[in-house]
Amino acid sequence: MSEKVLMKGNEAIAEAAIQAGCHHYFGYPITPQTEVAAYMAKRMPKIGGTFLQAESEVSAINMVIGVASTGKRVMTSSSSPGVSLKAEGISYLAGCDLPAVVVNVQRGGPGLGGIQPSQSDYFQSTKGGGHGDYRNIVLAPASVQEMASLTVKAFDLADKYSMVSMILADGTMGQMMEPVSLDVGEVKTYEKPWALTGTKCEREHNIVNSLYLKPEELEVKNFERYEKYKSIEENEVMYEEYLMDDAEVCVVAFGITSRVAKNAINEARANGVKVGMIRPITLWPFPKKVLADAADKCKAFICVEMNMGQMIEDVELAIRCKKPVYLCNRVGGMIPSPEEVLAKINEVNENGGAF
Amino acid sequence: MSVVFEKPKSLTDAVLHYCPGCTHGIIHRLVAEVIDELGIEGETIGVAPVGCAVMAYNYFTCDFVQAAHGRAPAVATGVKRSDPSKIVFTYQGDGDLAAIGTAETVHSAARRENITVIFVNNAIYGMTGGQMAPTTLPGQVTQTSPYGRDVETVGYPVKVCELLSNVDGAAYVERVAVNNVKNIKNAKKAIKKAFQNQIEGKGFSLVEVVSTCPTNWGMTPEKALEWVDEKMLPYYPLGVYKDIYAEEEAK
Amino acid sequence: MSKTCRLLFAGFGGQGILFAGKFLAYKGLIEDKQVSWLPSYGPEMRGGTANCSVIISDEPIGSPIVDAPDVLIAMNLPSLEKYENAVVSGGKIFVDSTLIDKKVERTDVDVYYIPATQMAYDNNIKTLANMIITGKVLKEVDGFSLDNVEAALKKVVSARKIELLGVNETALKSGYDYAE
Repeated sequence: MSEKVLMKGNEAIAEAAIQAGCHHYFGYPITPQTEVAAYMAKRMPKIGGTFLQAESEVSAINMVIGVASTGKRVMTSSSSPGVSLKAEGISYLAGCDLPAVVVNVQRGGPGLGGIQPSQSDYFQSTKGGGHGDYRNIVLAPASVQEMASLTVKAFDLADKYSMVSMILADGTMGQMMEPVSLDVGEVKTYEKPWALTGTKCEREHNIVNSLYLKPEELEVKNFERYEKYKSIEENEVMYEEYLMDDAEVCVVAFGITSRVAKNAINEARANGVKVGMIRPITLWPFPKKVLADAADKCKAFICVEMNMGQMIEDVELAIRCKKPVYLCNRVGGMIPSPEEVLAKINEVNENGGAF
Repeated sequence: MSVVFEKPKSLTDAVLHYCPGCTHGIIHRLVAEVIDELGIEGETIGVAPVGCAVMAYNYFTCDFVQAAHGRAPAVATGVKRSDPSKIVFTYQGDGDLAAIGTAETVHSAARRENITVIFVNNAIYGMTGGQMAPTTLPGQVTQTSPYGRDVETVGYPVKVCELLSNVDGAAYVERVAVNNVKNIKNAKKAIKKAFQNQIEGKGFSLVEVVSTCPTNWGMTPEKALEWVDEKMLPYYPLGVYKDIYAEEEAK
Repeated sequence: MSKTCRLLFAGFGGQGILFAGKFLAYKGLIEDKQVSWLPSYGPEMRGGTANCSVIISDEPIGSPIVDAPDVLIAMNLPSLEKYENAVVSGGKIFVDSTLIDKKVERTDVDVYYIPATQMAYDNNIKTLANMIITGKVLKEVDGFSLDNVEAALKKVVSARKIELLGVNETALKSGYDYAE
């Protein structure tokens, strides 16, 4: 399947998931991610898989828990309000150390918000969303090709670390079509001795559980989980550097805004402005080190986000506030234009990084 | 000397944490006996609720997953869809199944999900210390209905079997009790049928077991058993509420 | 074609706006170009206004959003009014003159009036005004041609409606050959 086809981002996620060995999908209709469910509804019966439209997002994520507990690859997808409903289940997946892939094709919020693209669930996905101390691996695709390849990656990481991997996309990424190759390569499989497969009366029963009534035990569980998270932060960070070699101004953007920023950066470069971009691909683990290194070379940072300034906090933390970080943002479903980003780049470049 | 009574194979050696006089122990035993008799221990996966039975996973020898409050039928749906050859059952209380998990209950029934649901109704939230449940009787005093359940302000109990009897997808729905030997024998029959149905692919089966909570009812275990007869069963009559296969045979 | 061509198709839902855009995107893909296609989405699509951004380029595409189109295809009056001033200076505007009796006011753009809806009606291909006007785009915009039309149509006409492939081609050609 190496021939490139034109596909919507949402469809690319669905097909890539199937290619990655996900034969169980549970969802609930919500704009702008419904194509994932529609695609699964078409394809799953043909490969003997399960597509089930649940009675709610809450049920969908709990069906995911059911399949995950048996050791099989499973996915659900939704958009912002629906992901809030899944938060309980995501916390349980974390507490049970179960692998699963959750897709959020973001729209504007809070509340019912709107249906146009947004990045305002950055906090929700990277900082928790559900209760308790836990992390999700969060992948932010910036092309339809990445919608596919990062979905495959998400399944691999979920299994490798026995935890939730999230695809954090937005309405634009979900709705747009670009050429995509669905050649996913070899799909790795992982041993899951903890899976509920029936004891066959040959082994002790397996228990998938997040309840630890003894605080000493629950503390140890949390410590162990954070050891795992530490190794993920050391080994799984992904980012793209764009024209950073001589950059004096560093744009930080993910997903669709990184695409807009590229236009602006090219334009600024044509005018002789030394600007580059670091695009986090993993939002958690966050690419702290490359940003910290950039802080030694650049005079200022600009975060381009479709929210009121969420990732900017992680950037400031990563660079220990060594250099000023400016926000260039639109919200509510509005997308910043390349001109707006260019104007910000020029302004920051001229101010020389002064606060 | 011949053995005339022993612990079912499908129960572990763990000591049950339930209060003295609580009938969860009896119901666990009935489920385990049925699993033994049907020879499905190695192929069974249980789903534990939130509530007094949250630690059911420690008591049964089969594989188990613990679900969030009310979500057991959704989790069971996932398990069953993942491997339809497994026998999947949930074990849930009244708060879990008939309040926070009402949607999951009704819709797994509507889908005729081929699972078995054991529903333990003792008209109170036991684990959190005796609050009003969706099945608390009118006038019944609990921690959160200290003057007795006032139907004018908090409404009426939910009758799960009656409700599900109107759901087309439900295959088999029966209400039983475990407050005397005769009722216990009937209860086991019903539980066995609910598992047998799943083995035969007949779809969603639910057995409501009217149970007791001596601790939170503030009664001796003996008095609690009597209270089932006096108060619970008039409101929650025993019997088969739905059995689509019996109905078909009768035609 | 200049290195990057940004097109904006706009009209009513049901006019095949998204389909026409997808056809051009596939044609670009077949010709080894970088392409992107981005629709407007949501309830407004059900019978209201619809538009889609298509970019065809020799270089990797940054933003897929077309705010300042090189080429505007306007298939109803609200679309023309909304986007006329967004077109870049020196750009091209294609107007379905059956449905839009207003003339383009700008003088720094090339304008092509084509009675696509009437032509579709006359040729008994009522639903294909979108492809007639797209045919005119193939004729007038640098870098476009009738090459690979059949191959691209095969990608966008669903297998269930494969009999419509021929009429789509006819529609494209009649637009291509239309002289004002």
